[in-house]
Amino acid sequence: MARAFTPKVVTANALLEGDVVYLTARRTWSRSHAEALLLTDEAEAAVRLLEASAQRDRVVGAYLADARPGPNGPEPIHFREVFRTRGPSNYPHGKQEATLAHV
Amino acid sequence: MYDYSDFDEAFVRRRADEFRAQVGRRIDGSLTEDEFRPLRLMNGLYLQLHAYMLRVAIPYGTLSSRQLRGLATIAERWDKGYGHFTTRQNIQFNWPRLIDVPDMIDALADVHMHAIQTSGNTIRNVTADHFAGAAADEIEDPRPIAELIRQWSSDHPEFQFLPRKFKIGITGATADRAVTRAHDIGLRMVRDEAGAPGFEVIVGGGLGRTPLVGKVIRAYLPKDDLLPYLEAIVSVYNLWGRRDNKFKARIKITVFENGIEAMREAVEAEFEQRRPKFADISAEVLAEIEHRFPKPLLTPQGEDGLAAAKTADTALRSFVDTNVTPHRVPGYGIVTVSLKAHGATPGDATSDQMRAMADLADEFSQGEIRVSHEQNLILPHVRLADLPAVHARLKAHGLATANVGLLSDIIACPGMDYCALATARSIPIAQGLATHFRDLGLEQEIGALKIKISGCINACGHHHVGHIGILGLDRAGVENYQITLGGDATENAAIGDKVGPGFAYDEVIPAIERLLRAYLALRLSVSEPFIEAFRRLGAEPFRAALYPDQAQTDAA
Repeated sequence: MARAFTPKVVTANALLEGDVVYLTARRTWSRSHAEALLLTDEAEAAVRLLEASAQRDRVVGAYLADARPGPNGPEPIHFREVFRTRGPSNYPHGKQEATLAHV
Repeated sequence: MYDYSDFDEAFVRRRADEFRAQVGRRIDGSLTEDEFRPLRLMNGLYLQLHAYMLRVAIPYGTLSSRQLRGLATIAERWDKGYGHFTTRQNIQFNWPRLIDVPDMIDALADVHMHAIQTSGNTIRNVTADHFAGAAADEIEDPRPIAELIRQWSSDHPEFQFLPRKFKIGITGATADRAVTRAHDIGLRMVRDEAGAPGFEVIVGGGLGRTPLVGKVIRAYLPKDDLLPYLEAIVSVYNLWGRRDNKFKARIKITVFENGIEAMREAVEAEFEQRRPKFADISAEVLAEIEHRFPKPLLTPQGEDGLAAAKTADTALRSFVDTNVTPHRVPGYGIVTVSLKAHGATPGDATSDQMRAMADLADEFSQGEIRVSHEQNLILPHVRLADLPAVHARLKAHGLATANVGLLSDIIACPGMDYCALATARSIPIAQGLATHFRDLGLEQEIGALKIKISGCINACGHHHVGHIGILGLDRAGVENYQITLGGDATENAAIGDKVGPGFAYDEVIPAIERLLRAYLALRLSVSEPFIEAFRRLGAEPFRAALYPDQAQTDAA
């Protein structure tokens, strides 16, 4: 039997500065994981990923990452995705220093 | 230092213009990422975890003060005010914006630098002994040869699409500070019976997924034959190397699968074919390069008060004893400037620190700086009499840490704090080890020790050749660290052995502390370093220290 589908978000890097971005319900890109659209349906996830990948003038390397619902919006599961929501641990650079803004 | 020719200048400028146009076409949507990716990689531009990263080549780890100032300016203007020096003697900028990269590359070209062939399946930046031209144990400065290889391999039409990347390391000294046995090709200068300098050619070394110590393919190669011989090796590899499986595509696997004898036979046959085409050219070009590589004129000096200054200043004494290596000219020393202040990121230097180093190089070290594969900077030609002044200036810039060769002088790759390939973090483990043992006050007592940390199997942090190697992995969604013991990066190159199951992130530092306390208890005297105690005793007592619960179970 195929493994049950677990919820996902579509994530990528912004073309111009490489910052991590997430696809929102309005089909825009957000810098904040909490604003991501949580995809619970496998077919919809596949379609959203295709749409995202087609936005080649805005993002690079779109993929589906596991996520779960949280009190403030979707939360990452894997530690790599947790690091991507904040930046490196040796300096306060990346998202942890940036103010949130849309692409 | 090598002085760019008009040809070098024109080549680099042309590539910079070409890449500017490519970036423009990517941004306006004319190029897809699939089309752009190989182009950006050919110019050293990666997309990492949080941002782009520009990897700049520092040929054979040598920088002029002007170049280091250029890097400082680039870091400040287009990045976050620092650069990361890597285990391949390169520098990486971690936060460039795509749109700025063409300007960064122009600024690099202004100081005769570039990012060409710092990625992709090509011959990468040639690395060399960071003490080259200064070391007391050297036959000859290997850098003119390294420059010859750089010119030969840059844009070499036959070698732009090799089965996999290709790394060459070179040393002219007896002590191997360039890890030549862990390169695709390692070159160690040796003399023939008549005393003429040539090279022992080592092939098929490498770390990564399948760590292998290189094998000698030619015990002695005359200098004039070097280029046709290198070309023969790379061309045989280009044909034999496995393109069907990325994990088996490096030359180490080609050598391993075909055997060194078959490889040697094919290389020698190819060499005979290619040699006539290089007749006299290598020698002529090398002579021209040597002409563009003036040797600093140094005359023997006295120590002028250094001994007295050391007695008066314990910090200076400890710095001189730990960070200064004998120079070929009496009265001079090679100063290794640690980029491993306790708690700092190994290999990082701020723009201010780079400028301070450039100023020191101009005033005290013939305008030259080196980058070591151990991620430190070197002032290669400092008068011993100037050491108190140099030390005071380094101290003012947070660069006087006296820990070279000690526990906290750790190699660490960027790991999952930056790298898209990483499976776990490396930097915080290095930071934690350095501060923990400083706080315990055990670093000096433990003495000479090489700890090397990689955040994935690709082993940029050289963990296999660390006395203690730490490899960060992803075990079922949790960071997990495997410890290897007994590796060696020198002329006695050895791959460390895994001694047991991995440790969780929080367990690594306590495990290393148990290991090193066991060493302190077991060593014959303070003059027996960790690696020698390990060789004398074998892994068992150290394994028992790492896994005390298991030892109790075994005893029960």
